[in-house]
Amino acid sequence: MGEIVIEDTHSHAHHIDPKVEYSMSKFGMWLFLGTEILLFGGLFAAYAIYRAKYATMFHEQHKELDVTLGAINTVILIFSSLTMAVGVTAIQKGKRNLLTLMLLITIICGIAFGVNKYFEYGHKFEHHISPSTSIFFALYFMMTGLHMIHVFAGIAILTVLLVLNLKGKFSAKYNTPIEVGGLYWHLVDLIWIYLFPLLYLIS
Amino acid sequence: MANHTIAAPLYVPYLDKKGILSWLLSTDHKRIGIMYLISISTFFLIAGISALLMRLELIAPGKTIVDAHQYNVLFTFHGTVMVFFFIVPGLAASFGNFLIPLMIGAPDVAFPKLNLGSYWLYLLATILLLIALLKPADTGWTFYTPYSIKSGTDVILLTTGIFVMGFSSILTGLNFIVTIHKLRAPGMTWHRLNLFVWASYATAILQLLATPVVGITLLLLIMERVFGIGFFDPSKGGDPILFQNFFWFYSHPAVYIMIIPAFGVISEILPVFARKPIFGYKAMAYSLLAIALISFLVWAHHMFVSGISEVAATIFSFLTFLVAIPTAIKVFNWTATLYKGSIQLHSAMLYALSLVFLFTIGGLTGVFLGALAVDVHLHDTYFVVAHMHYVMIGGTVMGFFGGLHFWFPKMFGKMLNEKVAKVAWAFVFIGFNVTFFPQFILGTLGMPRRYADYPPQFHSLHELSTIGSWILGIGIFIMTVNLLRGLTNGEKAPDNPYNSVSLEWQVPSPPPHENFEKIPVVTDFPYVYGKKNSQED
Repeated sequence: MGEIVIEDTHSHAHHIDPKVEYSMSKFGMWLFLGTEILLFGGLFAAYAIYRAKYATMFHEQHKELDVTLGAINTVILIFSSLTMAVGVTAIQKGKRNLLTLMLLITIICGIAFGVNKYFEYGHKFEHHISPSTSIFFALYFMMTGLHMIHVFAGIAILTVLLVLNLKGKFSAKYNTPIEVGGLYWHLVDLIWIYLFPLLYLIS
Repeated sequence: MANHTIAAPLYVPYLDKKGILSWLLSTDHKRIGIMYLISISTFFLIAGISALLMRLELIAPGKTIVDAHQYNVLFTFHGTVMVFFFIVPGLAASFGNFLIPLMIGAPDVAFPKLNLGSYWLYLLATILLLIALLKPADTGWTFYTPYSIKSGTDVILLTTGIFVMGFSSILTGLNFIVTIHKLRAPGMTWHRLNLFVWASYATAILQLLATPVVGITLLLLIMERVFGIGFFDPSKGGDPILFQNFFWFYSHPAVYIMIIPAFGVISEILPVFARKPIFGYKAMAYSLLAIALISFLVWAHHMFVSGISEVAATIFSFLTFLVAIPTAIKVFNWTATLYKGSIQLHSAMLYALSLVFLFTIGGLTGVFLGALAVDVHLHDTYFVVAHMHYVMIGGTVMGFFGGLHFWFPKMFGKMLNEKVAKVAWAFVFIGFNVTFFPQFILGTLGMPRRYADYPPQFHSLHELSTIGSWILGIGIFIMTVNLLRGLTNGEKAPDNPYNSVSLEWQVPSPPPHENFEKIPVVTDFPYVYGKKNSQED
């Protein structure tokens, strides 16, 4: 959905003041992020309920998860948030090439995260662990799976932004889509930062 | 807008471009509003016909026209189409799109392309849902587990359709919130907004906060069917009550998504035809927000007999009573608006007055049902069916009809035949009450809802209800013909046929593409009737 929001900041059909457009786009994205948090909120609520009910099961089964891979992925995503933030600052100062580099690194981080996750899932399936194994793994696959879909959406948005930047659409004067797209990417990171300890680090 | 170099800008009504593509690709909020209006009206009529068939089956005990399974299919169709195709997008998407920018003095909504995208998502969802419903589906519109997990019908397609519909609803809400915050004309302060705009704002907040939760719930239901994740399956350690909690956490606020815009509509109609400012404007605005807030705290009153703890049930029962306070403020203020007004019984006004009367019955019976002890007796009986229809038809649909008759001249630049409109209203009002009032009695006598059959002692009341449904059907038929004739043969409408002081009436009928030649500067409140600054008195 980010893409549509971003495109709209381009529409000058009604000659709305660019400052108003900027504040509308940011406000719109913040509202959208709020709905995303509520979407995950249902899963967090289910997590809280079932962890309280089956504390021992959660503790036993979380040992099946690969903490090292999870930790690597956490570092990758936090690093990608940094590169995204550097990219936003870069274009605000008009440094288009630096933004291109930063977007590329951020996208690569996102892909690396996905590859890691692919091996993690594959490993689980080899051990005959699937979403129907238990409530814990149902939650694990639902939460990380839904998050993964958001990572892919984020990669798609960043790729569109990268192409637009290569075409020279953004400058120090006009960079709303970069900022708004960056907000979305930070949310994707933020959700993972909650998922990692909740799923991998149960004690 | 002000970009014309010529001194007298050419007036081109927004309806001028012809051709289906000029509509489907238009980002004009007015055209999108009209597309929603046509879509929801069509689905309203189709789902209404399925209701007539259900009533026909119930005219006598035993099988009349359909068997029990076909009856389940019919009520699933009726419920799902009415709820998700008509009443949830409903007045918010149709009137909201058309009116919000006009009322706040903006050229369009904040994100016009996103707005069109929402409509496409709505269309996509209706296609998915129609396929699923005609396959057919038999889970009812609530998709309660465990039946929705076991049902042999295509629940996955059905829930996917609703997921997409939810996305559309979220994006529309988001668009309206940003529009109302950022695009108000100079001088249009929060306390000068039309109450319909306040109502749209409260609705949009609900759409944004509640819809994602039903989204994840339906996603979990799909996963349950595909992978057997066991969240709602006790044999795997899950809990079917959790589904109900999740479902009603959305679906109770959704009830207010359905009704609040109608409150907004009649708050526009009453002052115009009473020639008086709305009574207690601020109380009216903030009571809408209060309803929205409280709506998140009452969901478990749908589950009093589902196996929740008595403590929880008691707390939810008392919280439910709180809803009565802001809604009573509204009914009180509407009535006070009428007090000593110069009342003119325009057809729109008749529908608005019907809403005040019928919603009061619907609302008060809601208090009965919110009372724990009473609900144990009335739960899942026709009393609930009657209560719900008094709120949804007596409230929302009356507001919808009222709004249609009220803004028709602005939307299409044509006048309606008032006499026919009033005849139609009389049929609708009488037919509605004959259909649904007996159902209150049936419910207290113990007639359970959702059954295709009943014991003979309920025969006469059921028969009466079915006859009422025909009167209601005739009324809606006359109204539909009148509206269509108005479109083709109606007299040309003046810009402001009711001498309203509200901003949307100050532009030509139908409005030009960019709404305002120049963004207006607002200096007063939209209900200044009877004061020295108003256009008359």
